[in-house]
Amino acid sequence: MKLIFEKSVAGRHSDILPKCDVEPVELSARFARTDAPALPEMAEVDVARHYTELNDRVHGVNCGFYPLGSCTMKYNPRIDEDMAALPGFAGVHPLAPDYATEGCREVLETAKKYLCEVSGMDDMTFQPAAGAHGEFTGVLLIKQYHDARGDKKRTKIIVPDSAHGTNPATAAMCGFEVVNIDSAPDGCVDLEALKNALGEDTAGLMLTNPNTVGIFDPNILEITRLVHEAGGLCYYDGANLNAIMGVVRPGDMGFDCVHMNLHKTFATPHGGGGPGAGAVGCKDFLKEFLPRSVVMDGEGRIQVRSFAGNFLVTVRAVTYLLTLGREGIPEASQNAVLNANYLMRAIQGSFDLAFDRTCMHEFVLDLSEYKKETGVSALDVAKSLIDYGMHPPTMYFPLIVHEALMLEPTETESKETLDEAAAIFRKLYELGKTDPEPMHAAPHHAQIGRPDEVGAARHPVLRWQKPEE
Amino acid sequence: MSYVPSTGDQRKEMLAAVGAADYADLYKDVPAEALLNRPLDLPEGMSELEVGKAMSAMAAKNVLFPTVLRGAGAYDHYIPAVVKSIPNKEEFLTAYTPYQAEMSQGVLQSIFEYQTMICEITGMDVSNASVYDGASAAAEAAAMCRDRKRRVTLISASSHPDTINTVRTYCYGTGDELRVVPVKDGRTDLEALKEMLGADIASFYVQQPNFYGQLEEVEEIAGLVHEAGAMFVMGANPISLGILKSPRECGADVAVGEGQPLGMPIGYGGPYLGFMATTAKNMRKLPGRIVGETVDDKGERCYVLSLQAREQHIRREKASSNICSNEALCALTAGVYLATMGPEGLKEAASQCMAKAHYLAKELTKIEGVDLVFTGEYFHEFVTTLPKQDEVLKALEDAGILGGFPVKEGVLWCATEKVSKCELDRAVSVVKEVLAK
Repeated sequence: MKLIFEKSVAGRHSDILPKCDVEPVELSARFARTDAPALPEMAEVDVARHYTELNDRVHGVNCGFYPLGSCTMKYNPRIDEDMAALPGFAGVHPLAPDYATEGCREVLETAKKYLCEVSGMDDMTFQPAAGAHGEFTGVLLIKQYHDARGDKKRTKIIVPDSAHGTNPATAAMCGFEVVNIDSAPDGCVDLEALKNALGEDTAGLMLTNPNTVGIFDPNILEITRLVHEAGGLCYYDGANLNAIMGVVRPGDMGFDCVHMNLHKTFATPHGGGGPGAGAVGCKDFLKEFLPRSVVMDGEGRIQVRSFAGNFLVTVRAVTYLLTLGREGIPEASQNAVLNANYLMRAIQGSFDLAFDRTCMHEFVLDLSEYKKETGVSALDVAKSLIDYGMHPPTMYFPLIVHEALMLEPTETESKETLDEAAAIFRKLYELGKTDPEPMHAAPHHAQIGRPDEVGAARHPVLRWQKPEE
Repeated sequence: MSYVPSTGDQRKEMLAAVGAADYADLYKDVPAEALLNRPLDLPEGMSELEVGKAMSAMAAKNVLFPTVLRGAGAYDHYIPAVVKSIPNKEEFLTAYTPYQAEMSQGVLQSIFEYQTMICEITGMDVSNASVYDGASAAAEAAAMCRDRKRRVTLISASSHPDTINTVRTYCYGTGDELRVVPVKDGRTDLEALKEMLGADIASFYVQQPNFYGQLEEVEEIAGLVHEAGAMFVMGANPISLGILKSPRECGADVAVGEGQPLGMPIGYGGPYLGFMATTAKNMRKLPGRIVGETVDDKGERCYVLSLQAREQHIRREKASSNICSNEALCALTAGVYLATMGPEGLKEAASQCMAKAHYLAKELTKIEGVDLVFTGEYFHEFVTTLPKQDEVLKALEDAGILGGFPVKEGVLWCATEKVSKCELDRAVSVVKEVLAK
């Protein structure tokens, strides 16, 4: 389809603003812009139709099954959107006087109360704008803790090789040396490897549990005990929290701080890549290190962005938390785990499971044998799913499983959807054995065929250019 | 309620199918001592009807001001109706990051168009798909400018205090030094800047207009910074770029800014939008998602996430940043805003902001005791002295007007295109009344 700039017609515009009712002011020439930016010139109807055309080329959770592992693509309730759009929230200035923002602070207090109870933490900040931003904040708590004690020798953060890429990247942004430790074959922490890595230079450990292959690490208490014994702190990556809410809490596993992705676990929409929110919780002894805004709360604390974070995302999450409440929160997790196990068993017998055991909220298929046998790769299967209207699972992650497809159905999918998805996987499994050729070129009925990603990186075209006249 | 669609019978059937007697069976790997083993200490859940009432009651505890004369980093601009409705479309709203290009062309193209628009207003060559907000964009830019030899970051004290503190925090993370260049008459002290620049300086950040609304001598600054071999990071208010020289024209190597004015509500601080653009030379140093054009296997033009070799999922601890989720829907909003306003509309919004602010300043400073604190040119914010400050601001609030923001030097006022002359006159008369007492 055409780019918006290719639909622009010189002189066309929308009338949005009234005529200026005060006298105009001229800028000094040294500040004034002389060339107008080449923004599109359109009537409102052109804008509306263009973005509707784009929207028709987007697959959202509302379009169909979206089992993207590690991303928790659950249904985003519409009421949450309505609440975030209330003028009583959307129209509040972050620097309005305290008496005028009582409702906003009640939202944040409510979010804190619910999420501290769910995570087993004592205090919380809502300033971080995404999961990785939350990781950054959380690891800075660890850094400040050691610094405040004058413990300068703690320069290393331990990260298992099954971790999300954000973990090592975060540790590096916090000035730590990253110690990658090999996972045990089941993706769990190898206790011997951990013991060998621990020492006087250990600042902390970053871990997600259930881990990135969807298995709850049974040694978790031993792991956090060992890290504490060495003088380090334990950071919980909350990417996989949807498996365990109301059943087991990071705080009770021995973690000292945690981030939660409100846009995953707490059902706020992901918007095609944000805005998210990465609430960070901590135990009492770390709360003096939580970030604040200088203009809202004064100097003296760290700060990871302006103001109080993505507040309207927090409004959505609070709406969701109030809706679920005491029983609904564990019910969501239990059914996320049930759905994952059900789908895993329904697929079993076709593609190989990476681990044939009870999983948590997600599981991994290992297609390496299948690929050897048929030539059909995880990528081919993923792309073939698109022709069935299903969003592919996460591909080639975690790195410890080759030809991995990671599926996370979430609790908001029905048994019928799971049965249908399993049938499609089984069908593709057979197809790959009998007629693999079309799968190498899939998808066949999508918006586009397979894109040339290598070409895109080699000859970057990152913006539209006005054609030469 | 938990939005779980399967019925009680289906859940039993599914438990049986996986060989579990009950849910507890599924959690056998969890050590017994770690289990919560009690209900969460939280209220019962609510129906949609009840939760709507509970949340609305919280919203009702906030006081809304029909007239907003406060900015200081959050700007109350008019948001065209179409700019509200489009990002609310369910597909845009509920999609994940466009990892699968074959079913995400709409998101990818919207980002590609956003990148182009950011390049157009900033004059730069390359934009990323967005970062969290203006403050973190400044911090990411500072990180991007550091190399092995040049580790120290300079920032002007005229920057937004949240931006300074955010950059300071990111520098604390990597163990790098941040030095704050002092202010003279509400603008960066250029003599001090000259002295502070040196062989160890990676970059200097200043925002245009600055926190006090004053226009900085950015071209002169760019000259000084480049002479010292450092990079110039310029913060910009995107609306002001309708009439102000683009960062590129001013000599910036990296342009960043708070994109909230482009169609996002003030929303108690977020979600906002960090925009970030640079020159072609620095393209591969830019952090965050970037969308590129390519062709599919039939040779048709299409879009993909590109240059991923910079990113955390490939580079892990060697990545340029840990950012993955950014503010895509806010970038979409900004794109719709810029397309709706067009080049003329953006210029008009900017001109009106400036005209209204100057009218407000002119009328306010006619009042005895109210004077401009700084002497430089300004865009849509300015600082005045204000006697009986608390009393005046309270009287304004009682009249439905959120007055200027109290800062150390006085009160920082802001006017946008949204306020009418009539509203401004009313505000001025309230100030006059209180000070006449």
